[in-house]
Amino acid sequence: MAMSNIGRPTQPQAAGTSSAHTSLTGARGLLQDEALIFEMDGWDKTGVDFELPDEDASDLGDLVRTAPIGLPGLSEPEAMRHFVRLSQKNHAIDLALYPLGSCTMKHNPRLNEKMARLAGFGDLHPMAPQSTTQGALELMDRLAHWLKTLTGMPAVALSPKAGAHGELCGLLAIKAAHEAKGQGHRRTVLVPTSAHGTNPATAAFVGYDVTEIAQTADGRVDLADLEAKLSPEVAAIMVTNPNTCGLFERDIIEIARLTHAAGAYFYCDGANFNAIVGRVRPGDLGVDAMHINLHKTFSTPHGGGGPGAGPVVLSEALAPYAPTPWVVSAGEGFKLVEEAEDEAADTFGRMVAFHGQMGMFVRAYAYMLSHGTDGLRQVAEDAVLNANYIKAKLSPVMTPAFPDGPCMHEALFDDSWLEGTGVTTLDFAKAMIDEGFHPMTMYFPLVVHGAMLIEPTETESKQELDRFCHALTLLAQAAKAGDVERFTGAPYLAPMRRLDETQAARKPRLTWRPEPTAVSPAPMAAE
Amino acid sequence: MRYLPLTPADRAEMLGVIGAATIDDLFVDVPDAARKADLFDLPLHAGEMEVERALSALAARNRPAGAGPFFCGAGAYKHHVPATVDHIIQRSEFLTSYTPYQPEIAQGTLQVLFEFQTQVAALTGLEVANASMYDGSTACAEAVMMAQRVTRRKKAVLSGGLHPHYAAVTQTIAHAEGMDITRQAVAIDAEADVLSAIDAETACVVVQTPNVFGVVTDVSKIAQAAHAAGALLIVVTTEAVSYGLLKSPGEMGADIAVGEGQSIGVGLNYGGPYIGLFAAREKFVRQMPGRLCGETVDAEGARGFVLTLSTREQHIRREKATSNICTNSGLCALAFTIHMTLLGERGLRELAALNHSRARELREVLAAVPGVEILSPRFFNEFAIRVPGKAADVVEALLADGVVAGVPFSRLDPKAGMDDVLLVAATETTTRDDIAAFAKALKGRTA
Ligand SMILES: Cc1ncc(COP(=O)(O)O)c(C=O)c1O
Repeated sequence: MAMSNIGRPTQPQAAGTSSAHTSLTGARGLLQDEALIFEMDGWDKTGVDFELPDEDASDLGDLVRTAPIGLPGLSEPEAMRHFVRLSQKNHAIDLALYPLGSCTMKHNPRLNEKMARLAGFGDLHPMAPQSTTQGALELMDRLAHWLKTLTGMPAVALSPKAGAHGELCGLLAIKAAHEAKGQGHRRTVLVPTSAHGTNPATAAFVGYDVTEIAQTADGRVDLADLEAKLSPEVAAIMVTNPNTCGLFERDIIEIARLTHAAGAYFYCDGANFNAIVGRVRPGDLGVDAMHINLHKTFSTPHGGGGPGAGPVVLSEALAPYAPTPWVVSAGEGFKLVEEAEDEAADTFGRMVAFHGQMGMFVRAYAYMLSHGTDGLRQVAEDAVLNANYIKAKLSPVMTPAFPDGPCMHEALFDDSWLEGTGVTTLDFAKAMIDEGFHPMTMYFPLVVHGAMLIEPTETESKQELDRFCHALTLLAQAAKAGDVERFTGAPYLAPMRRLDETQAARKPRLTWRPEPTAVSPAPMAAE
Repeated sequence: MRYLPLTPADRAEMLGVIGAATIDDLFVDVPDAARKADLFDLPLHAGEMEVERALSALAARNRPAGAGPFFCGAGAYKHHVPATVDHIIQRSEFLTSYTPYQPEIAQGTLQVLFEFQTQVAALTGLEVANASMYDGSTACAEAVMMAQRVTRRKKAVLSGGLHPHYAAVTQTIAHAEGMDITRQAVAIDAEADVLSAIDAETACVVVQTPNVFGVVTDVSKIAQAAHAAGALLIVVTTEAVSYGLLKSPGEMGADIAVGEGQSIGVGLNYGGPYIGLFAAREKFVRQMPGRLCGETVDAEGARGFVLTLSTREQHIRREKATSNICTNSGLCALAFTIHMTLLGERGLRELAALNHSRARELREVLAAVPGVEILSPRFFNEFAIRVPGKAADVVEALLADGVVAGVPFSRLDPKAGMDDVLLVAATETTTRDDIAAFAKALKGRTA
């Protein structure tokens, strides 16, 4: 019921000092304090109704569990409230620009969500007879065609589950190709210092040694250093392009040539494909394998950490080693090849239980059809335009790491402009939270001191970019004017104040346990 | 283009601020040789209605599991997911946020992960669980790699009851790392066969319960033998609902438990996204792969959650990381946690009992079909049967009667010589009518 206006003030009276105000219960207005599900006394509650089986005994004897599991339940309204309250403690792209460099936080079209939930996709079993999944196989085939065409590469492996899994796919193909050529002794993978952590981690995961390649003063791979380190021991190089400094590797064709001349393969980390999609085909650059994060370039939602999808495009040289399964057209329809049919097939094998992230394939394909090639080209152009606009607007108050020439889809700043202010990159980032923005990627790439990597993406309006640049400009001015506490104590206005990560790691509490009665939990065994 | 906010006027103005004449000036670093993208055979942009029409047409050519009697399992199960789950996971704040690297504005995701980890630890009977892996199969491969780090040994023994895809994924990955993987001969009730293969070089033994033929095994003896040899026991479970009825892996002595969590909250999705569950004994926590969420306090002493022990992970440790995983199955973990919270212990036990009961009904009815032999001696909600002729042909034939009969084992492992073995699963979604239709069709086709 609406409240009457008669007889009550319709203007706020005294403003008071809101920052000092505390509620009586400790609540913060509509932002609810929310306990863990384990603290709600729901040990005998449930939010589902089942028709119980007539006989509940099983024939499994002592295979059946007897001890309680320790799972609380909640009725449906309680569960709804719990998770909705929690949701309100999250920042999200749908709330404001989310400038995490390297992560490509773009708008997630809801049409894609709707399409992935069509029963013909969402309720389809991976081992259902193939004659009943022809539409799904065709969609995979269409997606593969788009990915191959956009990258100018002859083959694609769809099954990798994320970018890092795609890197694994690429390196396993490279390893298999070397082994097939009697080059299995090659043990080294060259990775620039600026690379994402998954690159060296993946190389080590498949048993390679990692050697770092230096970077030039203008943020690119140092060709002389690369040449010096390429040897008959090198299996592959892993280079990100556009690289993690947000720059296009100008000498990429030469990098590929040198690599191939040394008998090695060129793995390209395609996490930043958004900057060039529809405008540049990696196949024209000499790449042998490249993963594409569908959860970046092709807008599938990040979901608070996943799931993603990391299809890998492959060159002629690596295509024979692609993992199973794959889709082929067969007469009128499509066939999923799940096992290498002939014993001699060169596939390196299987890397997931089924066929990859179908739910993401549907979303990415809907995204591709929506944009078309003209729209995708515009995506790249607007992403690059937005990043350069931010770089131009913020350069007067912050120091771009590579001031000369344009950047691609992200603008990288270092912390030299903060020198002497007593404010660190971390403090600055936390203060951004108080201004309503998610911080940029910080301290990455490692080659730039106190790095701040800002990726706006193409789905930001000029108004939102201006709002963002205005906020950062005010913050930068405040830092330089000595308003240090605004930063060192930040955030003040977030659902929580700054969290103590050191304590979390020192005495890890990774699960809820009933309150200890007298003695505190045993300290972690040091390892 | 409806997803692109910039207007031509904005673009012109912004180029002016940048000091560039045209957009091409921003692409100057691209070599000339790579500037002419030839994309002729792809279409131009399309409206929402056209895209919806195109995708609906593709979807219409698939037969959803819910379209009629349906008995496929083999690592992915058709379960009812409460409507609440899908509603909550579509909230912007969960759907459109990134990995919670800024904990002050990601407490929603972080608290859910802490609840998820606690639920998974409870279900598996182990002390710690991570914030998810890609799926059960990659979790299995990672568990083997972890056992190698813990024991500093190179040999892994995989049981013949392990899902063939899980075995293949583990072989692909662990082989590249230089591990020595022995996969035992495929057999219906095979878990105990691993006992003979455990020796002083063994890093780990991998068993599955319920196994790929649905067979449930008490692996306590295997745990004892493994531990006596200084090896770890890894227990795999592909049907997470079974945790509600069966003794947990931890209770039976597992050191690492991995599972596919798809049954709880996630749905079928033609194979992905799914969610890998990964739990272990606390003393091994620093060797675990993947993200971990932990409890801490903020500057005012209030309880909060952060990602922790990240010195194990690729973004800090790079080539010395325990795994290369970065993006995981976050939103599926949320779906799992919501569904599991709605179930609660009571609901999960009821759900498990219902699954088991439906599968036993299915067994009774199929056992009465002439020519059908029940192969799995003890099972939860899935079992293997022998059919006359090839299982793949039986499945094709029964499609004409509107019944999807199950997964021919030969599809998972064509070389096992088990062409007449069919895996059939029943869940709470299976009705008596479904079972009757299956039996009738089978009788008609095998007579
Ligand atoms: C440059 C780069 N490479 C690789 C990855 C790994 O991708 P994913 O998180 O999908 O495994 C990322 C994303 O985090 C990235 O930014």
